[in-house]
Amino acid sequence: MREISFSEATLEAMAEEMERDERVFVMGEDIARQGGIFGQFKGLPQKFGTDRVRDTPISETAIVGAGVGAALAGMRPVVDMHFADFITVCMDEVVNQMAKIRYMFGGQCTVPVVLRAPDGIIRSAAAQHSQTLESWFLHVPGLKVVIPSNPADAKGLLKSAIRSDDPVLYFEHKALFPTKGPVPEGEHLVPIGKANIVRPGSDVTIVSYSMMLHRTVEAAAQLAERGIEAEIIDLRTISPIDFETINASLAKTHRLLIVHEAVKTGGVGAEIAARVAEENLDLLDAPIVRLGAPYVPIPFSPNLEKFVKITADDVTLAASKLCE
Amino acid sequence: MKHDAEFLRHLYRRMTSIRLFEEKIGELFLGGELPGFVHLYIGEEAIAVGVCANLTDQDYITSTHRGHGHCIAKGAQVRPMMAEIFGKATGYCKGKGGSMHIADFSVGMLGANGVVGGGYNLAVGAALAAQMRKTGQVAVCFFGDGASNRGTFHEGINMAAAWKLPVIFVNENNQWASTTPYRTTTAIEDIADRAKAYGIPGVVCDGNDVFSVIETAKAAVERARAGDGPTLIEAKTYRIKGHFVGDPEMYRTKAEVQKHLDENDPLKNFANKVIAAKLLKQADLDAIRDEVAREIEQAVGEARQAPYPDESELFADLYVEGVK
Ligand SMILES: Cc1ncc(C[n+]2csc(CCOP(=O)(O)OP(=O)(O)O)c2C)c(N)n1
Repeated sequence: MREISFSEATLEAMAEEMERDERVFVMGEDIARQGGIFGQFKGLPQKFGTDRVRDTPISETAIVGAGVGAALAGMRPVVDMHFADFITVCMDEVVNQMAKIRYMFGGQCTVPVVLRAPDGIIRSAAAQHSQTLESWFLHVPGLKVVIPSNPADAKGLLKSAIRSDDPVLYFEHKALFPTKGPVPEGEHLVPIGKANIVRPGSDVTIVSYSMMLHRTVEAAAQLAERGIEAEIIDLRTISPIDFETINASLAKTHRLLIVHEAVKTGGVGAEIAARVAEENLDLLDAPIVRLGAPYVPIPFSPNLEKFVKITADDVTLAASKLCE
Repeated sequence: MKHDAEFLRHLYRRMTSIRLFEEKIGELFLGGELPGFVHLYIGEEAIAVGVCANLTDQDYITSTHRGHGHCIAKGAQVRPMMAEIFGKATGYCKGKGGSMHIADFSVGMLGANGVVGGGYNLAVGAALAAQMRKTGQVAVCFFGDGASNRGTFHEGINMAAAWKLPVIFVNENNQWASTTPYRTTTAIEDIADRAKAYGIPGVVCDGNDVFSVIETAKAAVERARAGDGPTLIEAKTYRIKGHFVGDPEMYRTKAEVQKHLDENDPLKNFANKVIAAKLLKQADLDAIRDEVAREIEQAVGEARQAPYPDESELFADLYVEGVK
């Protein structure tokens, strides 16, 4: 299969969906003239015009609010948030409007909006440009949250998100945009809500997603050398979480490690750990372990930044201890 | 006055529906029959009815926490509205919205909003959809004087003006935001003056005179349909009732309210004008009033009898593609 980058994969998804359905359009800051900060919209304006690939003012509440309004009036908007951090500027639009409108109005409407939100740590982007905020939205009924770790999933999940009649937050790790991988040509859909077993194993289940999935894969190789076979689950969807896949894996491995880049406190790992402890404690032979960032904003200095990142060695160490 | 009798009857029927509906809601709420909070629109009927007289069912409106009047003016039915306010399964939103979240998508009423200033950008988005699809529809956003100080006001109007969207921003300046008088939070006399900052027309009309509103909105709607972009209308009025039903109104005198009621009641204004011009008779107006009163009594009777939503409805309409 041909290999293309993560950003090219999302571009392909956009182009295919815009081709397929003329109600699909995309708006955001600096997406038309510049092609998006990560090249994820390059060439789209030439193909579809600046009416359907439109540059907006720096007005996050207006951009997301208008996305919701356009969806209510029959369009299928994709909204680019520039950086995931800026969703905080339009929390009302996301939390009070987008997520609730369908329910509040008794199902009279659908809200087929996709928010694309580049997240995660890149070199010294510091506290306001490096966050991974997915867990905030896990807490809001009415939203779906997806977060691909590789180009093929990036394409397949974006296409599914655009076709979903529910509002979807699509987080994409900034550091993954240039990474390459095999991506099917043409129609390729990854279902929302379905985790992926990236590596089968029998000794410990490692649940991860996005950038950290790659650290767990590296760790699995190190673990294998020590005779520990890790089963790695790429969550892919954060809301709803695929507990079926997690529980099936725990039934084999009886050990659970959850790894994410976001702050450990109140993170996705906390939710998974709590649910497993509540409902499936008998599957476990050892306490659940979570790896996540320490409880600080992301520091600027490269020397400090490295301490908030989880490395493959951290994962290996945690998994080895868990399997002792 | 150049309106025909049929049209005048229509205006009076809508304004009277709002008045009697609201008086009934106030009574029921004080009687302990209604859950939640209710905010009454009494005294502001001419604005919603005057604006919506220029719209069709295909046009959109977004509303506020004080939304019953907007619903009725746009053509929503009082029976499902009443049932919704009772929290019954037969309500517009199956009892999940209540007074502050009534919508009727079948007539382009995209919903009341519990968040002050939450409606601007939904209207902007609906107008964006109309512009992109070239349907000739317009969107109207109703908002209060208090709401005009939200940041969303700036973002929404600016983006709509930059893109020449077919949207009309209708400020209902009723002089009060909860307990706070307009002049203590806002340095300018006329909110309409702000239009200048966005490069669009800003016009003031008498919000207690339905004919003044109709004329002003007509020009704005024509401008929007012609592709010339938004207008900011400020309709001057007064909030006759408390902020919500049960408000002790410690912040103003009864005499101040009575003065406005004596001089500016839009229903009385209307009756005086059409009778003086010999276009309708008092008997015509009385007949309409009786008919409306019966309809509202019937709506109350039905709402009282209607079932509450069943527990099995709790998760319904949260997502299109079911998730728990
Ligand atoms: C964002 C937000 N802030 C505060 C409130 C609480 N609140 C509800 S209505 C209201 C006053 C609104 O005044 P105005 O916009 O003038 O409308 P009016 O009530 O006069 O119709 C306030 C402060 C809210 N619902 N939403």
